[in-house]
Amino acid sequence: MQLTLGPVLYHWSPERWRDFYYRMADEAQIDVVVVGETVCSKRAPFKQDYLPAVIERLEGAGKRVLHASLILVSLPRERRQTRELMQVAEAEVEINDLTCLASLGERPFAVGPFVNVYNEAAAGFLAARGATRICLPPELPLPAVAAIAAAVPQLAIEVFAFGKVPLAISARCYHARAHRLTKDNCRFVCENDPDGMSVKTLDGAGFLSVNGVQTLSDSCASLLCDLPALGRAGVASLRLSPQCCDMVAVARLFRDVVDERIDPREAEGRLGEIYPEVPFSNGFLHGAPGHNRIDAGGGRPGELR
Amino acid sequence: MELICPAGTPASLEAAVEAGADAVYCGFRDETNARNFPGLNFSREELRKSIAFAHRRGVKVLVAINTFARAGSFGLWQAAIDDAVAAGADALILADLATLDYAARHHPAQRLHVSVQAGAANPDAIRFYVESFGARRVVLPRVLNVAEIASIVRESACETEVFVFGGLCVMEEGRCSLSSYATGKSPNMNGVCSPASHVAYAEREGQIVSTLGGFTINSFGKDESAGYPTLCKGRFVTPKSSGYIFEEPVSLDAAVMLPALRDAGVTAFKIEGRQRGRAYIAEVVRSFRRILAEIDQGRSAPPAGLAAMAEGQASTVGAYRKSWR
Repeated sequence: MQLTLGPVLYHWSPERWRDFYYRMADEAQIDVVVVGETVCSKRAPFKQDYLPAVIERLEGAGKRVLHASLILVSLPRERRQTRELMQVAEAEVEINDLTCLASLGERPFAVGPFVNVYNEAAAGFLAARGATRICLPPELPLPAVAAIAAAVPQLAIEVFAFGKVPLAISARCYHARAHRLTKDNCRFVCENDPDGMSVKTLDGAGFLSVNGVQTLSDSCASLLCDLPALGRAGVASLRLSPQCCDMVAVARLFRDVVDERIDPREAEGRLGEIYPEVPFSNGFLHGAPGHNRIDAGGGRPGELR
Repeated sequence: MELICPAGTPASLEAAVEAGADAVYCGFRDETNARNFPGLNFSREELRKSIAFAHRRGVKVLVAINTFARAGSFGLWQAAIDDAVAAGADALILADLATLDYAARHHPAQRLHVSVQAGAANPDAIRFYVESFGARRVVLPRVLNVAEIASIVRESACETEVFVFGGLCVMEEGRCSLSSYATGKSPNMNGVCSPASHVAYAEREGQIVSTLGGFTINSFGKDESAGYPTLCKGRFVTPKSSGYIFEEPVSLDAAVMLPALRDAGVTAFKIEGRQRGRAYIAEVVRSFRRILAEIDQGRSAPPAGLAAMAEGQASTVGAYRKSWR
């Protein structure tokens, strides 16, 4: 089982962003690292200067680097960014929208969680087009994950295993709206919420998080206790999505559970210390409301029950 | 300019035809379509009869099979495609790569439309659907303004269709899991959003509180009418502000945008609302027929005057104006 570090979804300052990847390159036991701005095209220029050095550092540390595309492509600038990304020969790309397929040519590619792959036929279609790995949409339940992995064995199937769950994308910027600004004159207020802006219900219950044009869950996905079942389902990789916590420690914990060095339940307890005061959820995988935390029993990887 | 109208039942389909629809869209009574509501939609037999009725009146029928097929159960979606083709559908409205690929390979002569649920938001994405599946029309997601739509039309080798009235998604269609996060039921997988089965109302301290899947979505005082708790149109609290942080409980009414959308080169205007009753459908269709006739005669578009029918009594032109963002 591989570990993949997903792209930073939030608008971190360029230096914080760079240093995060440097540390992950040097310290984290991660197999694949996804870089690039996926949420807002206005943010992309901030990272551009540091990107080559970040990729070099990661690859130098033996990590496979994927460059992710924007989720929602509608402006001319966004089309241009996307087309250029597809045509940069040296970077392996992770596509987050089918827009990319129009300019990708014959090159192999990875598929990110924002492309709608809900079944084996869609996965097979993309595999025939050159997809080598697919991170499935977070709302997919385990039987669907297993059916896709079984039907298209040439694909490395990945699931969203840690992080606030991306739930929606919009043309409207909710960060700007909350600050009574327009999107065009947003002053990048999203930078003040490096872990997302909390959205509570009127009675104060945590519900969602806003990240510019993206809406995520308030809860943090944790599939630690589901890892044995995911292994049996043929999942090849786990996606860890960066949050404001010690991601090196998060990766170590997932690695330790995969390698059967610690019990999943104990690991989830420790995860709560690494990323405190955030509820964990795994409902989607169980076909339940996504915010639910279902007792998955844990157990040992590879163990047949 | 075609007027595309919704029908959740054969009676609504007849009402839409009588009221002047150029085409009616509908779906089967199962999870293959994105309005999978109790008591709604068509049996195979009803679809055959309704298509025959519409064709006698010179009206087209478009069949929406626009959810994403459940892994391991593709047969249900294949059967829907095969049966819609056999029933004489004028076009299939599809969103999933799996259904588009199947329909293009097994029914190459069938006209295919790319559903709004596919989220094809730019000319490159549209080109992918045209080149891969021979798509003849794309229904544009409600994230674009009129200038962007005009540019898409100029660059695209297929027709475009846009929503002009009815429910308004504020998130990009086809990539929203808010409903399943709260309830376990999603538009993509189950064909429902904020389903009534998970809605509850309670009275708390003189307020009517609406909940979805146990989450409070809104709270209404005595002088407010308690609207339906559609998740993205609820009142919430952020550290910066509270209230309708995503969108107010408005629905789309783009009647005033029709001349601009026509000038942008849009082929077809679509009315949302397969879940609505026949009286509603008849009135909305008649109103839009009248407005389109007036535009054709060079008169500027009057407001549709349908605000009372819009959910929450308020309407918006949504993303068609850039300031919405």
